[in-house]
Amino acid sequence: MKVVVCVKQIPDPADPGALDPETKTLKRDSKLILDESDSYGVEMALQLVDAAGEGEVHLVSMAPNNEVSGLRTALAMGAASATIVSDDALQGSDALGTAKVLAAAIARQEPDLVLAATESSDGYTGTVPAQIAELLGLPSVTFAKSVAVDGGAAQVKRQTEAGYDEVECPLPALVSVTAGVVEPRYPSFKGIMAAKSKPVDELDLGALGIDAGQVGWAGAGQEIVSIEVAPAREAGEVIEDEGDAHERIVAFLDDLKVL
Amino acid sequence: MGLDKIWVFGEVAGDEVASITLEMLAAARSLADTVEVFMAGDGGEYAEQLGEHGAETVYSTGDLAGGLQGVAIASAVAAAIEAGDVEAPDAFLLGTTQDGRDVAGRLSVKLDTPVITNVVALEVDETLIGSEPVFGGTVDVKTKNTSGKPGIFLVRPKSYEAVGVGGSEADTEDLDVPDLGAVGAAKVVNSHAEEADGPKLDEAAIVVSGGRGLGSPEAYVMVDDLAKAVGGAPGASRAIVDAGWVPYSYQVGQTGKVVKPTVYIAAGISGATQHLVGMKGSKNIIAINKDPEAPIFAVADLGIVGDVHKVMPKLIEALQSR
Repeated sequence: MKVVVCVKQIPDPADPGALDPETKTLKRDSKLILDESDSYGVEMALQLVDAAGEGEVHLVSMAPNNEVSGLRTALAMGAASATIVSDDALQGSDALGTAKVLAAAIARQEPDLVLAATESSDGYTGTVPAQIAELLGLPSVTFAKSVAVDGGAAQVKRQTEAGYDEVECPLPALVSVTAGVVEPRYPSFKGIMAAKSKPVDELDLGALGIDAGQVGWAGAGQEIVSIEVAPAREAGEVIEDEGDAHERIVAFLDDLKVL
Repeated sequence: MGLDKIWVFGEVAGDEVASITLEMLAAARSLADTVEVFMAGDGGEYAEQLGEHGAETVYSTGDLAGGLQGVAIASAVAAAIEAGDVEAPDAFLLGTTQDGRDVAGRLSVKLDTPVITNVVALEVDETLIGSEPVFGGTVDVKTKNTSGKPGIFLVRPKSYEAVGVGGSEADTEDLDVPDLGAVGAAKVVNSHAEEADGPKLDEAAIVVSGGRGLGSPEAYVMVDDLAKAVGGAPGASRAIVDAGWVPYSYQVGQTGKVVKPTVYIAAGISGATQHLVGMKGSKNIIAINKDPEAPIFAVADLGIVGDVHKVMPKLIEALQSR
């Protein structure tokens, strides 16, 4: 079974950077890391291949300048190989442009199953998985909280507003997984060493046969027209608990007459 | 100048139109002359309620026989527009829900049109512009549809207030789902509800949420007890939902429910961006956390730097004895 996992390499959330008011894109000055949301998909893929007894996990990512530092983390977890798509023309790509690029890179792998996070931790549009599935002509099950593969089909528990649905989906298919679907492993020292020599295919738009006008600023059918600092919520009173803080809370609730 | 026509994605909760749909109808009415709804299921069942909230027509696909909404609805809408059965709207509004995001993603590919996400406010300047809070709500970004085609906007719950306008029952029209083949092969074989007793999380006047600071899943009982004592609903941060302490239906935040109660009590929650986005709109916020540097204190009206295991039991006892 071949599983492709979409992974995003993002600025460290502990140092999220800022929007550049000139270019209206996220400044990505610092080194990129593997989006934690994607570590669940990588782990899920490794476990599914393990359970199937055969196959491999391939990673697909899009980032500036053939950046692979985040990909190496996922390779160290156990993925076999990766594709990185970089091209200057990709700057400014919206969700649809991103999906077009990832879908083209995924199609070359002819996977049985495509896994993605439900949303990235930085852009969180949450639409890219469904867009990729539509571009590839695949059925999709999004917001999975558990995934199993049996008899050429995926059995997925899909989160819903009310609870969850059990969904059966024949392969090939795309599944987007929530954080918590599995517990991601930490890369072992051996895994980290092995990751350094795992194959990473570097592609540009030409190699994927994508016209530059479809992606990046040129292809994004949307434009940021303003960036403004939001009015801050006024911070209130912060007190140290000295054994009577509960009385303050009760008094606060009484003042609001909500009890 | 407003838009001519907006289509709102209709969703159902229980046997009523979901509040997110009614919220978007309120938004759409203020932006366009004509507001119509597209949805799965039998639109006729909801035509009265949708009409009351300003929808003139409801297009519905009928029962999907277990098929997921994303692929079916997007295919049906695209086919109807392509065949000239309906005139394309100027914009589509969908809620930031599981099915809303699926429909939006699939539809954007079918129509080759952009999706503008996490929208909390909308305005018209020739085309539709969506406002999105980023960096935990510290910065507002406005994004305009410049594609020359209908834009798709994913609107966050609780961004608009659902208000009826006494409109008459909406007309009903069929929206035919074309043969989907393999792409429509995913089927729901079973549905489970995980709703807790008591008031609903996104409707309760008081919400009590717990996070990692509780230390263990057993300690969540304090959150339940406090919620009961104040007649509120229990909630949770993503961290403890991911850890399996409580079901996803408890989750407050970017990927969970958006709540705007009169009082929000955060117990052992540090206040990650992901969480703040879901509760910052609460009228009053009380936070209990042992780390004085926790970001939750920056939005709290009353912040208690202390141990939840000491403060919560006393608080519960004081409230239960009243």
